[in-house]
Amino acid sequence: MIGNELPALSIADLQSLLRRREVLSSEVINALRERIEAIDGDLGAYLSLDIEAAMEEAERAKVDLPLGGIPIAIKDIINVMGQPCTCASKILNGYRAPYDATVVQKLRAAGAIPFGKTNLDEFAMGSSTENSALKSTRNPWDLSRVPGGSSGGSAAAVAADEAFGALGSDTGGSIRQPAALCGVVGLKPTYGRVSRFGLVAFASSLDQVGPVTKTVRDAALIMNAIAGHDLQDSTSLNEPVPDYVANLGNDLRGVRLGVPKEYMIDGIDPQVRAAINAAVKQLNSLGAEIIKVSLPSTDYAVAVYYIIATAEASANLARFDGVRYGYRAENPKDVLDLYGRTREGGFGPEVKRRIILGTYVLSSGYYDAYYLRAQKVRELIRRDFASAFEKVDALISPTSPVVAFKLGERAADPLQMYLADIFTIAANLAGICGISIPCGFADLDGHRLPIGLQLLGRPLDEARILQIAYAYEQSTEWHKARPPIASSLPKA
Amino acid sequence: MAGNSDLDVAYVARLARINLTVEEAKIFQKQLDEVLNYVEKLCQVDVTGVDVAAHGIPVFNVFRADAPHDWFTVEQALSNAPRQANGLFVVPKVVE
Repeated sequence: MIGNELPALSIADLQSLLRRREVLSSEVINALRERIEAIDGDLGAYLSLDIEAAMEEAERAKVDLPLGGIPIAIKDIINVMGQPCTCASKILNGYRAPYDATVVQKLRAAGAIPFGKTNLDEFAMGSSTENSALKSTRNPWDLSRVPGGSSGGSAAAVAADEAFGALGSDTGGSIRQPAALCGVVGLKPTYGRVSRFGLVAFASSLDQVGPVTKTVRDAALIMNAIAGHDLQDSTSLNEPVPDYVANLGNDLRGVRLGVPKEYMIDGIDPQVRAAINAAVKQLNSLGAEIIKVSLPSTDYAVAVYYIIATAEASANLARFDGVRYGYRAENPKDVLDLYGRTREGGFGPEVKRRIILGTYVLSSGYYDAYYLRAQKVRELIRRDFASAFEKVDALISPTSPVVAFKLGERAADPLQMYLADIFTIAANLAGICGISIPCGFADLDGHRLPIGLQLLGRPLDEARILQIAYAYEQSTEWHKARPPIASSLPKA
Repeated sequence: MAGNSDLDVAYVARLARINLTVEEAKIFQKQLDEVLNYVEKLCQVDVTGVDVAAHGIPVFNVFRADAPHDWFTVEQALSNAPRQANGLFVVPKVVE
């Protein structure tokens, strides 16, 4: 195995090589560094890299641990001790994390090496990574298009073989949608399955950390490492963690899959629709029974989300005030001036919009009409899923109604951008788990653009959706496709 | 000035401690009016008798053991402070 080919490996394949001592962890870090130096100038997936720290850890890697010696990229909204954690915002300029997030501690305990911080929409608010105040990230399949978001850096890095796997965070689809648009696997765990301690909070009742990987098996490997109860997160669920890898298998006999009729709407790109229909047939041919189901409150999900998520964000982002960390306005005349100008200069437009909207829906006189009503409709959405899961084991839909769009195409119209999250948002509101896996390509302007299939599962039923995703993946070739940029060799 | 919703962006931005330029307030007003028009659709939903959901999977009364453990030192807690002195964060004078 020569260095140029290493970055294309899955975590599982890299693990075998490391354990057979055919490659050293330090060689793996070097290969990634070369790959990143060669292509990240065009791709823009990473915000920061600490090669020296990674090398030190590689030197003492214990390759017999579950993820021993394997570098994992981290979305730059998750604290890694000693590293920046910018949230792609100017307001965290200069901040260095004084602690590890629980997920990072758990990755380290499994032997993994946190490697590089990936770009995102500022504070994870967006669906294209265009809201990053620091950098533009491009889609590896067509550099004129967005990678999706908000975990766009993580998805682009994994798709372009700049990372073996990555962590993202998903508040309304921020792992699954960029995974779909970049042609990789992305899992949003059940709310409470994975600790949020050390994940910078956007919307606390919706946020979850999860893996972005090249294969379903790799997602299961990372879940084995990061899932579980954490005393530092009061919403963490104290439930046993199954072995997600051991549960993978090819047989779908007896599995009942639901196709929600409300998810097959007119706005779906015809090529996306065709790919999803073909995937449903494929799952059926693998033994799964396909059942039509209804989620009647679907049409309200985006509206509910943009009230609840912004309300929670307005409270969470109050901590960025120029006092304890990050950017601070110069020469404030009093404390209100300090707050007002620090937040004016530190936050980008989307973050300001959401804080203002969230402050408004929580304000006296409007709380009942907006926030309280949204919370009640959220409960109806949760009940929709609960009754669907009485009939089926998992639900199938497109992850995104469209493939990757052009940079700048939707940036001026926030509402249109929000509506693109229609298939992913409800899972966060209901607290259930979901995964996006590659299921085909659309041909557009001479480029092949990935299409994602979403599977939604019952609370704490990650093992089941991983199993269904694995059976589908193993019967198709989509996950083996690599974008053109990944084939460009590092400069000698 | 408010647009076609009750939202007055300039006023709410002051509540949220974010200074806005007049130009920014104008753009946000238009964009957020559109979002508020969109969320009006929630008025169509019959929510009579529906309890509020705080979390998808409710958890209640979460406690951890009341035991001391190591946490940040003063130096670590202050390591990112834009201004500090004598082991404290420095802010503009609040009390006259």
